[in-house]
Parts: sequence; C-alpha cells; structure tokens
Amino acid sequence: MQKNQPGAQKSRFRIPDRMWLLISFLAAMVLWYILSVLPATSRCFPNVVETMKQLPVMIQRGVLWKDISSSMISVLSGFGLGFVIALPVAILMAWYKPVRNIIEPWIEFIRNIPPLAYVPLVVIAAGVGRKPQIIVITLATFLTMCITIYQGVINIDETLIKAARVLGASDKDIFIRVIAPASLPFILTAIRLGASVALTTLIAAESTGAMAGLGMRIRSLNNAFETKPMLLYIIIIGVIGIVIEKLIKLLERRLTSWQEKREI
Amino acid sequence: MAGEARNLKVRIDHVSKVYETRNGPTEALRDVSLDICENEFICVVGPSGCGKSTLLNIIAGLQMPTSGKAYCNDHEITGTGTERGVVFQQYALFPWLTVKKNVMFALNMRGVKGAAAETEALEYLKKVDLEKFANHYPKELSGGMKQRVAIARAYAANPEVLLMDEPFGALDAQTRTQLQSELLETWEKDMKTCFFITHDVDEAILLAQKVIIMSARPGRIKEIVDIDIPYPRNQETKLLPRFMELRNHIWEQVYKEYLEVRK
Repeated sequence: MQKNQPGAQKSRFRIPDRMWLLISFLAAMVLWYILSVLPATSRCFPNVVETMKQLPVMIQRGVLWKDISSSMISVLSGFGLGFVIALPVAILMAWYKPVRNIIEPWIEFIRNIPPLAYVPLVVIAAGVGRKPQIIVITLATFLTMCITIYQGVINIDETLIKAARVLGASDKDIFIRVIAPASLPFILTAIRLGASVALTTLIAAESTGAMAGLGMRIRSLNNAFETKPMLLYIIIIGVIGIVIEKLIKLLERRLTSWQEKREI
Repeated sequence: MAGEARNLKVRIDHVSKVYETRNGPTEALRDVSLDICENEFICVVGPSGCGKSTLLNIIAGLQMPTSGKAYCNDHEITGTGTERGVVFQQYALFPWLTVKKNVMFALNMRGVKGAAAETEALEYLKKVDLEKFANHYPKELSGGMKQRVAIARAYAANPEVLLMDEPFGALDAQTRTQLQSELLETWEKDMKTCFFITHDVDEAILLAQKVIIMSARPGRIKEIVDIDIPYPRNQETKLLPRFMELRNHIWEQVYKEYLEVRK
C-alpha cells in the first residue's frame, strides 16, 4: 500500500536498489583509492589490493578465524546476557514507578561513560580472560537495550489498553495480548541497537588482556605498526556489523510487518 | 416520550470531576445528572474541553468521578464492564491483528473461542460489509473502514450500551455521512442504547432522540433538546424544516459556549 519516496517515479530511468548498492560500493572503492594515493592519508589507507592480500596472510598466521570466533563468542554471550537482563528490567521500569525512578538515573549516568574508562575496574574485579570481556559487553548492551525497550513500553498507545479493558480483558490478557505485541517493534529495535553497541564495545572489551579477538588483534597490530592487516580487521568488523544488522532487519520485517510506519 | 416508565440503563447522579494539573485543579465536570434509558440514542454536543469525553469515560469506567456516582443497571460503576462498549475516535484497533482477529479479540474475551469465534467474527464483519477484508491488517484500511471494524468489534462484545466518543470525528465529510447512515440503519433495527459524543450539530440531530448541550468548562448540562423527528431518518432528513429549526436553536446555544471558551 505504501508509495515509493516522492520523486522516485518521476525519472524515467529508475535505477534499481541493488544497482545503487553497487554504485555506492564502487564509489567507496574510488574514495579509498584516492585516500591511498594522497600523501596526507596514504600511510593509514594502504590500497585495496594490498589490504586484501593480508587476508590469506592472516589466515596463514592462524589468527583470523581464532580472532573472529573469539570475538563472536564474547559479543554473542555479552549481548545475550544483556538482553536477558534488559527485558525484565525495562518492563519493571515501565510497570512500577519506584523502580523507574530509582534505576533510570543510574542507567542515564552509566550510559554516558565510555566503556574503555571502566575496563580497568572490571579487570580488577573479574581478572583477565573471557569473563571481563563478557561483563563489559553485557553492561554496555544492557544499558542501551533497557532504555530502548523501556521507552517503547511506556509509549504504547494508551487507547489500545483502554480498548482491551472495555472489551473485558484482565491485566494478564492485557499484558500478553496487548503490551507484549505492542512492545515487539521496540524490542527488535533494541536488539538491533544492542548488537551494534556490542560490536563498538569490542575494542574496549578486548583490552582486558584477551588472548585473541578482532579488537585485541587491532591493538597488537597497531603496536607493531602493521597498518595493512589492521585496516583489514577494521573492515571485517564493519562487515560483521552490516551482516548482523541485515539479519535483524529481516527478522523485523517478518515479525512487525503490521506496523504503520517503519522506524529508522 | 410516552409517560410510561422506561427501563433505566445508565444513571449519572450529581457527578463532578476535577483534574489535578500542574497549574492547579481543573474542573472538567460540575454536578452533571443524566438518565439514559434502554433503547435510547443520546448525543452530546459542546465545545471542546467541555468534559464530554470525561463524561463518557466515567460511564465506561475508565475514569472515576471526583464526587457523585454513576450507575449502570442499578450497579455503581467502579470500573469497565462488558455491558458497556466503547468506540474511540482513534479507532484503537490492534495493529498487529488482522481485521478478523481484532473482532475475535472481543469474542475471545466473552469466552467464545476457536472456530466458533472465527465464524461469529465473520458475521459481524459482514454486517459492516468488510468480510472481504477479514485477513487484512488495519494499516491497509482507510479511516472509514477502520472505524467500521472498530464498530464491529464493539458489537461483537455484545454490550447493552454503546458509548461512542466522536467516532466519526477523524473522517472526511463523505465517509462520515456514509457511516452515519449505516449507524442509523443499525440502530433503527436493534435499538441498542447509544451514548454518542460529537461536535457536529447536524450529526447529533440526525442520529439522536435527545441532544444534550454541554456548557464550556466546567462542563454542565446546559439544555436537553428532544429531537421530535420520527425515524426512519436518512440524509434527506437534514432538509426538513424541523431539522433546520432544531439546528438553528442548538447551534446558537453551542456557539455561545464556543464564545465562552474563547474568552
């Protein structure tokens, strides 16, 4: 039922979305090339071919897969834990005013502190290894997801709850049949933001004396002035981020296609 | 109306409502008393902010009066009840449910489950001529269609009193006319007790047996006008001289209140 963006139908030669993606990609390649030849930026932007050549090199060194899997374990477990804690806390905050009034300021306070700042404290408390990594990611994703879900639940259209009530719905009915489905879009948005935060927190999380990991490797390559593989790793993180985001968007489209407008 | 005692459905007894706001208390309703009898169609008109919706919410049990009491079937209203159905201006359809499942929601709450609920839901949709859209989501419907579904859903709950809060207020003139006619037709058939809020004087006269004019804040009942135009009515009723008379009278009263609001 939705129309295309305004102006989209005017041009006679409509470029399909897939083509735009390709154009965007090619433009990025050109920009990358320019950066790799400009004297000011050539040192931090080795050219595409040089960078890609590092892929087999890193595989041969036996670190690439280890780094990716190690990071994914930290990201997924931290994110999973963060979600499992955020969901009930967000609902409690939306449901009970005292809970909200006490916890919301905490979240707002901690959320603005860069994770890198409290990493040393986590290491002191939890030692080195997998544990502190998961703790840092759990904390960061929890904060983002909790606030997002809570904001969504308190903004549920009150008329829907009223409508259910006048039709004879009990509190339980309202929770299961109104609050839960009405919150689903916000929960999915929270998952998307949480996944992104998990990745952006990776470097901080892996500065806790990790043995492997994308973030840890970037730091160690940096210390060795190995710019080319470093850039490769940065790109890998970006690619993982896009893949995760696309998967979640696919999920969103399947589960919340009933929505009137789509969030960005 | 004939002198014989009619079945009292809803009684509003000296109801006042005061809201506590940041700028101090706001008096929404002051000492409102009103009887709604079975099979009656009552319309309430008045300037915005005159407490029409507050009154409806009190009857629905969604709000409690600050003083005074409201009764339905001689029982004090202390909360919502399925004998009182509500149609909201903003449709209030569940966007994650299809049209059919929205209607089934009402049936499920009444204890009708499964295939029986589905069959019955389709019957209610047929009455509003939307059975073809049973599997559509609300976002795929126009405003008029959405409100038809909401009306079907309210009927599916089988209430004794239908409370309608400016149900056609958000619709374009043409759709509004159409839904008015449909509602009239339905009411002439089943005569379900109806308490209908509107700011459209023509709509009120066309539909109601009694039009209640409310005054500007604090909301009080200013006048109750009996609409002595016989049913069946239709859009042509609006051309009758009596309609014009009633319209001029009610308009004048409502307009005075509008001016009051602007002061």
